[in-house]
Amino acid sequence: MQDYVIEMNNIRKEFPGIVANDNITLQVKKGEIHALLGENGAGKSTLMNVLFGLYQPEKGEIKVKGKQVKITDPNVANRLGIGMVHQHFMLVHNFTVTENIILGSEPTKGGKINIEGAAQKVAELSQRYGLSVDPHAKIEDISVGMQQRVEILKTLYRGAEILIFDEPTAVLTPQEIHELIQIMHKLVDEGKSIILITHKLKEIMEVCDRCTVIRKGVGIGTVNVAETNPDQLAALMVGREVHFKVEKKEATPKDVVLEIDQLVVHDARDIPSVNGLNLQVKAGEILGIAGVDGNGQTELIEGITGLRKVKSGSIKINGKDITNLPARKITETGIGHIPQDRHKHGLVLDYSIGANMVLQTYYQKPFSNSGILNYNRIYEKAKALIAEYDVRTPSEYTPARALSGGNQQKAIIAREVDRSPDILIAAQPTRGLDVGAIEFIHSRLIEERDKGKAVLLISFELEEVMNVSDRIAVIYEGRIVAIVNPKETTEQELGLLMAGGKREREGVK
Amino acid sequence: MMQNIWKNERLFNVLVPVISAVLGMLAGAIIMVLGNYDPVVGFEALFNGMFGSPKAIGETIRAASPLILSGLAVGFAFKTGLFNIGVEGQLLVGWLASVWVGYAFDLPGVLHVIVSILAAAIAGGFWGMIPGYLKAKFKVHEVIVTIMLNYVALYVTADLIKRYLYAGNEKSYRIKETASLSSSFLSEITEGSRLHWGIAVAIIAAIIMWFILEKTAMGYELKSVGYNQHASMYAGMNVSKNVVLSMTISGAFAGIAGAMEGLGTFQNMTVLSSFTGTGFDGIAVALLGANNAFGIILSSLLFGGLNTAAPQMNFDANVPSELIKIIISLIIFFVASGYIIRVIAERFSKEGK
Ligand SMILES: Nc1ncnc2c1ncn2[C@@H]1O[C@H](COP(=O)(O)OP(=O)(O)O)[C@@H](O)[C@H]1O
Ligand SMILES: [Mg+2]
Repeated sequence: MQDYVIEMNNIRKEFPGIVANDNITLQVKKGEIHALLGENGAGKSTLMNVLFGLYQPEKGEIKVKGKQVKITDPNVANRLGIGMVHQHFMLVHNFTVTENIILGSEPTKGGKINIEGAAQKVAELSQRYGLSVDPHAKIEDISVGMQQRVEILKTLYRGAEILIFDEPTAVLTPQEIHELIQIMHKLVDEGKSIILITHKLKEIMEVCDRCTVIRKGVGIGTVNVAETNPDQLAALMVGREVHFKVEKKEATPKDVVLEIDQLVVHDARDIPSVNGLNLQVKAGEILGIAGVDGNGQTELIEGITGLRKVKSGSIKINGKDITNLPARKITETGIGHIPQDRHKHGLVLDYSIGANMVLQTYYQKPFSNSGILNYNRIYEKAKALIAEYDVRTPSEYTPARALSGGNQQKAIIAREVDRSPDILIAAQPTRGLDVGAIEFIHSRLIEERDKGKAVLLISFELEEVMNVSDRIAVIYEGRIVAIVNPKETTEQELGLLMAGGKREREGVK
Repeated sequence: MMQNIWKNERLFNVLVPVISAVLGMLAGAIIMVLGNYDPVVGFEALFNGMFGSPKAIGETIRAASPLILSGLAVGFAFKTGLFNIGVEGQLLVGWLASVWVGYAFDLPGVLHVIVSILAAAIAGGFWGMIPGYLKAKFKVHEVIVTIMLNYVALYVTADLIKRYLYAGNEKSYRIKETASLSSSFLSEITEGSRLHWGIAVAIIAAIIMWFILEKTAMGYELKSVGYNQHASMYAGMNVSKNVVLSMTISGAFAGIAGAMEGLGTFQNMTVLSSFTGTGFDGIAVALLGANNAFGIILSSLLFGGLNTAAPQMNFDANVPSELIKIIISLIIFFVASGYIIRVIAERFSKEGK
């Protein structure tokens, strides 16, 4: 078949002790957006690195436009018209956009680098594909979304015909994702072909023509997106049926566990971010907080957990005032906290996963006896938690840094839930995770609820809030502006409330 | 196979210093050849000076003792995420404190030694606590404060000696016999070296450092704060307290390094007009020893030996003793570029496959 621009046939790539790609076939047609779908660690990036010449496959053949090729390094890939936008951008921060783009292939004019000529070309490309990038802006001054576009420009500048995007939406805001999708459409309209790596099914349904699924390094097959649905894709990816909407019984809320009264918390610039917020969370319910990022969610969590000073108002847990107590006291009172940023707050990445399992309890018995740590007990505990929560790690001694995002998150959840707190605060608990892990985490939250614990869920993903919560509190400009029943509301209504709109029906306190 | 070796963090941490030391020596040999000296004679003299005789061994160990402690000070702070460049100053105040207590107090034998060492630890600890506190309270970077406090320590100790402890000839009074670490036994078995019990103190201190960092809840917390302040705060640790604590403990090690000089080698303190350099050598020692207690002992023995052997090399082989400084600098250079070695090694193992 000559209408494939890329054919990777029966690719095998091994790493010491692991087969990352086992007999995978990927065929991309000209002018299509082709999804590469798989869970974290399935081998997507590895396959693309093979195509981009960063790795040499042990077996298999690669054809570009019908011709068999050997891609020994990225320069060869560039020459064949293959460009890659990496998961982690590779930009020099104090260089301008243009300087970054020409880096490594600087155009010269009379022995001098012709920056102006290059900038002009960059501006033209930017114009043509609707990227709106300023060629003279410094990288450190532009947003993450813009930086990604610079990476796209870099590939276009080098004449890429086939663009590989490695999980491009993971770092973007919803608005930026929307814009990126339009850019991708524009690119294929102009005759480029795109390989899009993702584990977000929604995006695939929205933009892709065909989708190749890999599971644990093995190629599962290719489907036409028009003829499939998210359930089928998820099942192909995970290898079993996945429930997007977690099964749950009706909640049976009991006493109030967390009571927040007229809370005011300032942000880093000393501006009130949480501004007179009232909220109650009961035992046996999941209260979801819906809101656009930046409406006080972060400061609210930090205020409750003692990471930020509260200006006024009060926070009570089971009637006990914990306002402005030291974080440790608050933790001991019975709060579990799955933090929003697992690398920054959730884990000490250089510690073993075992040591991380006792991050808040290391000084307590049996892990510590008069200040001397009992590492046997710590690692015993860690081992048990790792087994119970299915954290995939070579051992409890492995540094937390070496685990995949989903498994790091599972470890944090194991630690937080195991302390059996009266209230569990889960901030963006599924961000960046694949459907299998998301399902696991949601069902754990519901399990806690059913055990009679209170759960406070903060998420920017409406779908998650609607699926998991028993009640939804909408936060807007530092206040709870509405409390709605997820069964009686729609995404539209929530969206409106989150944007500061009034509710049509009355009954909001 | 090769790949696995370089993937193995622990092995790598051992191999880099060892290879660096060998490379440093090799470079030293090349420099000797270039300078028209006979490297065989030079190195023979160097090794003789380091451990060619019981006396040489004694002197090597003696020189290593303060280096170990100052290396521990740097390494301890570093493991908890802090750069203690102030070991020199903490060492000086510790030295003075040990001499003062050793001179002014009347206590029975062993007790007097212990109290004098404790005084040095407290003085050094206090001197380290100041930058720790300023960092915790006002976010002043510890590197700047510790550098400035080095000068403060240099002039304040000189002034205090002149005012209160001056015995003339730019020296303080000598400490009492009861406070001395020197040992005729150790001196005799090493055939007249100045070896004193300081080495025992240094080894105990190394064990203490290892124990605190690896076995205690306090060490867990200190390292956690060093690795990730945000996560530590999240976990309910008091970051400020830990910064102060770390600098204090680090300073205490440095102070005891001073006691090695005051109670061991010199039995008094000189009115210094410039730094001893031992505190700065601690940085090199810690780097070569990968901030590990055991590694610091080994690297101190190497540097201590090289320093004591320098005159011998000059005497026997006519090689200028400055060459030792060059070798030491090169070793540090090679350690610091350890990551380059790793990259090259990975290249090789890739191609070998
Ligand atoms: N350079 C490497 N060395 C060893 N193992 C690797 C390397 N890169 C990836 N792997 C392993 O190969 C598997 C596939 O990884 P990857 O392709 O990054 O997955 P994905 O991009 O689908 O999340 C994982 O188990 C990962 O740990
Ligand atoms: Mg990947």
